[in-house]
Amino acid sequence: MIGPMIKKAKLLAGIGLLAMLAGCGGGDDAGRVTLLNVSYDPTRELYREINESFAQQWEKEHQQRVTIKQSHTGSGSQARAVIDGLDADVVTLALAYDIDSIQTKGKRLGANWQKRLPDNSSPYTSTIVFLVREGNPKQIKDWPDLVRNGVAVVTPNPKTSGGARWNYLAAWGSVLRTELGGDWSKLDDPSAEQQVAAAEKKAEQYVSALYKNVPVLDSGARGATNTFVQREIGDVLLAWENEALLAIKELGPDKVEIVVPSVSILAEPPVAVVDTVVDRRGTRQIAEAYLKYLYTEPGQQAAARHYFRPRNAAVLEQYKDQFPALELFTINQVFESWATVHERHFADGAMFDRIYGMASAGSDRR
Amino acid sequence: MTFRQPSILPGFGLTLGFSTFFLCAIVLLPLAALVMKTATMGWDDFIRVLTDPRAVASYRLSFGASLLAATLNSVFGFIIAWTLVRYEFPGRKLIDALIDMPFALPTAVSGIALTAVFAENGWIGQYLAPFGIKVAYTWIGVVVALTLIGLPFVVRSVQPAIAEVQRDLEDAAETLGAGRITIFRRIVLPTVMPALATGFTLAFARAVGEYGSVIFIAGNLPMRTEITPLLIVIKLEQFDYAGAAALGFIMLTMSFAMLLSINLLQAWGRRRLVAAGR
Amino acid sequence: MAGGPSKEVLAEIASRPGRDTVVSSIVKYVLVLTSLGFLAALLFAPLATVFITALSKGWEMYLEAFKDEDTLAAIRLTLTVAAIVVPMNTIFGIAAAWAIAKFEFRGKSFLITLIDLPIAVSPVVSGLVYVLLFGAQGWFGLWLQERDISIIFAVPGIVLATMFVTFPYVARELIPLMQQLGNDEEEAAITLGAGGLMTFFHVTLPKIRWGLVYGVILCNARAMGEFGAVSVVSGHVRGLTTTMPLHVEILYQEYNFVAAFAVASLLTLLAVLTLVIKSLVELKRK
Repeated sequence: MIGPMIKKAKLLAGIGLLAMLAGCGGGDDAGRVTLLNVSYDPTRELYREINESFAQQWEKEHQQRVTIKQSHTGSGSQARAVIDGLDADVVTLALAYDIDSIQTKGKRLGANWQKRLPDNSSPYTSTIVFLVREGNPKQIKDWPDLVRNGVAVVTPNPKTSGGARWNYLAAWGSVLRTELGGDWSKLDDPSAEQQVAAAEKKAEQYVSALYKNVPVLDSGARGATNTFVQREIGDVLLAWENEALLAIKELGPDKVEIVVPSVSILAEPPVAVVDTVVDRRGTRQIAEAYLKYLYTEPGQQAAARHYFRPRNAAVLEQYKDQFPALELFTINQVFESWATVHERHFADGAMFDRIYGMASAGSDRR
Repeated sequence: MTFRQPSILPGFGLTLGFSTFFLCAIVLLPLAALVMKTATMGWDDFIRVLTDPRAVASYRLSFGASLLAATLNSVFGFIIAWTLVRYEFPGRKLIDALIDMPFALPTAVSGIALTAVFAENGWIGQYLAPFGIKVAYTWIGVVVALTLIGLPFVVRSVQPAIAEVQRDLEDAAETLGAGRITIFRRIVLPTVMPALATGFTLAFARAVGEYGSVIFIAGNLPMRTEITPLLIVIKLEQFDYAGAAALGFIMLTMSFAMLLSINLLQAWGRRRLVAAGR
Repeated sequence: MAGGPSKEVLAEIASRPGRDTVVSSIVKYVLVLTSLGFLAALLFAPLATVFITALSKGWEMYLEAFKDEDTLAAIRLTLTVAAIVVPMNTIFGIAAAWAIAKFEFRGKSFLITLIDLPIAVSPVVSGLVYVLLFGAQGWFGLWLQERDISIIFAVPGIVLATMFVTFPYVARELIPLMQQLGNDEEEAAITLGAGGLMTFFHVTLPKIRWGLVYGVILCNARAMGEFGAVSVVSGHVRGLTTTMPLHVEILYQEYNFVAAFAVASLLTLLAVLTLVIKSLVELKRK
């Protein structure tokens, strides 16, 4: 009956599957090694360059050819993929919280990962700046301008985008900075408790007002950039400095310009070797060398060329026109740790959800 | 009463066995994983996830917009199918072939392209803006996106059915003095109705779960333009697999109930037809 | 009547018996225009956007997009996945339609609904379920890891997710058709001593051939275009596990709009394929 036909088809499908798998698995020839770098969206261009120059250097020094495969999408999805078994030799993500999650939920690397490399394991940094329309028609200069009436702010959803979390935290921190006069030690000082509580209240009001001015919450940073530049929605886009600089280069300097606020957050995108994977695949040596390469002069130069602020002071000096000096605060100074940030601000029912409860309760529902 | 009525045709055991096996392996096993994951959370947590005001608002948008989109699709899909089958006009064949495009185009592309068209600086959006009609980044945008992705279901279900409506029957009715509307109601509609119902159901079911195209055009504001699949993604981003599974499970249950009732209704209609025929 | 129907149309309508010609042609025009207007806003405008963007920097840049190695790898992967998924789902569709349409048994509506189910499952969830099954922390995660078998974040996962998403299409197309056609001819063939397979190939298949073709076209279109579910299980490794839709997204995210929409426009070639096949159908019918 239909039996023979099915068997034949199954056989064919099986052969196809085998042929395909064989075709895909051809990476690990003798004398050749592959690494998988699982990263987030804005680093594609950077790692394309790094991978090439690192491969050249490694081949010169070790007579071994290395191919570095890239994977890019939202930082949170990437963390999840690694937890669920994506064999990443190294992860280079948007925020430490995501690598922390790989550690706590996936047990794929040691708890001390952030101490293994210099500068909190962040070879390059960035910050949050404003992108406004050419000529800055709404005269947006600093954080307080974002909550003015009639200013539309575009930022992605902090629940789905790593970049958007930095935006949110930068906005929050900017209020604390003003209220506390820049003295972060007050946050831990019991005698300043009342002042801190008042400042936090102000910050909450500010951030609520800010999100009332947000017409679109894209799911990712580049989606938000496209909404702002291509669709011409909003007056100001909150963006990573590197994304803002790239957007100007790619989408037209005649359309948008950067405004650097007086104070912002130091965004530290971290990198780490995934222990369980490199030990199984025997790639620890090269994976570690790869990450260390990011801290070398050529690595830092590449970062700066792709608009990330290099850690190396000499390289930073060389690019000082591109990276204007501004006061920067860190996550640890203002928010203790990512775990606290998550619990207080981004978990279900935490501050961000409450802000939207408030923001939408009063305003028009559809 | 036996499991099946006797028939002289062969292959019942084989085909039913094979399709059930395949169904189990490809569809039911994965869905069982979803149910089991949902079951790992306590009853209270489950209820809390489901009744969260944001979730409830998202059901309203997801199911409401899907219902509206499926309805629009039923009306316009019917008209499109009718014109494609009944009328000859230039470009008919090309248009007929393009009907499947919403399936072939990646949903993200549809979403991006629709947003470009309906944004205030877009081809169509710029003519709507002066009337105060905003499509992109509002619930209307959601309906537009969901209508696009569901369109082939209705057109492709209804097309063969319209082809089957007997023209001579219509002509006979007309000769006997029946009005246009009467002919439509008494002859065309009964023949096409089951297919239209199928198309409506499938378009609705697909729309409820749609994610890729909607996020580009929706605006994604909590409580207002946030669809349920986006909430699932948000849960996933927080590594809350159980919460995500719970939302997925409830959507699945609602869709299943809806699909089953339509299928039962159709089976009943068919049996009645057969009974009447005898 | 200014701007009314053309003479040919009027003549054609007038030739039909008993028709109210002017009203008929007005109805026709209204319906055709409604259809075209609806499709223009919803379908043609976005399609035109795709092509205009893809060609915004000229043909050369358009063709340039297909020289990229990763793009070619993505196209190959998509074709491979479709080549596995579509035949499997076709065989399933035929088997299921035979069982459901040719026999009366209890729980049939329930079975049909289960077959429909993948359409109702959100693509996000369709991907998630395979992670729950085959992910490192899923049901079979440990077992697979010990044997060094990758399913998700590799090609098999993409195949499975695509198979899930496109599962109902062939069956859905065939079931109503075969129900409508009835069993008389098959029963006659069997009574005359034909075997089951012979009956299927010589009696049933010719009748359902075009419905089958139709289901396969839909299934194939969906298989090649699926984004959401595949995105969850792909791992996004460039050149290895990115399908065409995922690659389109990557290119778009890189602000490479021309290449992104050029790749997307390739998928519209499927419409041409449909056109060819449908023309063949009509030729055969004549």
